Amino acid sequence: MSAEQPAITLKPVDPRGPRFGAGITAVVLAVILILGPGFPALVLLIIQTIAFGLGSLVGLHAQPYGLLYKRLLRPRLSPPRELEDPRPPRFAQTVGLVFAVAGLIGLLAALPVLFYVAIAFALIAALLNSVFNFCLGCELYLLGRRAFGNPLAQRFISVNPS
Amino acid sequence: MTGVYVVAAATVLTVVFGLYRALTDGRVRGARRRDAAVRLGAEQLGEELGSSATFVQFSSAVCAPCRATKRLLADVVKDEPSVAHVELDAETRLDLVEKLNITRTPTVVLLDKDGVVKHRIVGTPRKPHVVHLLHQVLKRPVA
Repeated sequence: MSAEQPAITLKPVDPRGPRFGAGITAVVLAVILILGPGFPALVLLIIQTIAFGLGSLVGLHAQPYGLLYKRLLRPRLSPPRELEDPRPPRFAQTVGLVFAVAGLIGLLAALPVLFYVAIAFALIAALLNSVFNFCLGCELYLLGRRAFGNPLAQRFISVNPS
Repeated sequence: MTGVYVVAAATVLTVVFGLYRALTDGRVRGARRRDAAVRLGAEQLGEELGSSATFVQFSSAVCAPCRATKRLLADVVKDEPSVAHVELDAETRLDLVEKLNITRTPTVVLLDKDGVVKHRIVGTPRKPHVVHLLHQVLKRPVA
């Protein structure tokens, strides 16, 4: 029904791509946490924030880890059993972006608690996604809509054919 | 060292939460107490109720398992003319979402013939459970 209608106009994605990307993201975030506030963590976090930003604001086709999957892994794998709507993983990228930016603010403003908490949440989300194939949009989106009541969809996951 | 502890705590939390979800997701539960006051009909659903029961599925665009849920329910009801399956976009039906206090998608509620919520499944339903539930509702011997 209406929930699915726009899916036809969006290019579906191999669901293993975002999951693979979440695995890389989890490793990067864990390294950032272990390094702790400092220059090396800052560099890695900027890279991760750009990756989230591309996946969220531009689209999954621009997400660097997704591209890595497409170039390196997918040619060696059997074709996906089914393709998926790109909007759920794109929403997850947006959530990641919010946490990454919060973590960056924590680093730059010398607020270590904010840094650790924000990156820990992003790590939990990435681990859930990669290990359990967890659907972040399923959990958070409706709560967000109920809390704010405004069309988040139009703002963050614009129906931008990608 | 702080970072190592944070990573360890996040990992433990993830595993505990992930396993909890794997165990509880998609199970059939009874209606909640507040549900008794809700009665849904064709005017709210946009489709006629089934003559014995109706699955109402709340979906959203950012929900990957909603598609699998839709297929599963469509498959279960296809040979049951007295059971209907209605899929609603949770986002455009926030009125019903609030009324039934739905917090995530997919959530499926099973209505009886009068449109009263009798059961609720949060997360991707498990097919054997859905089939079992349907047999119960249709008062058929459970195979």
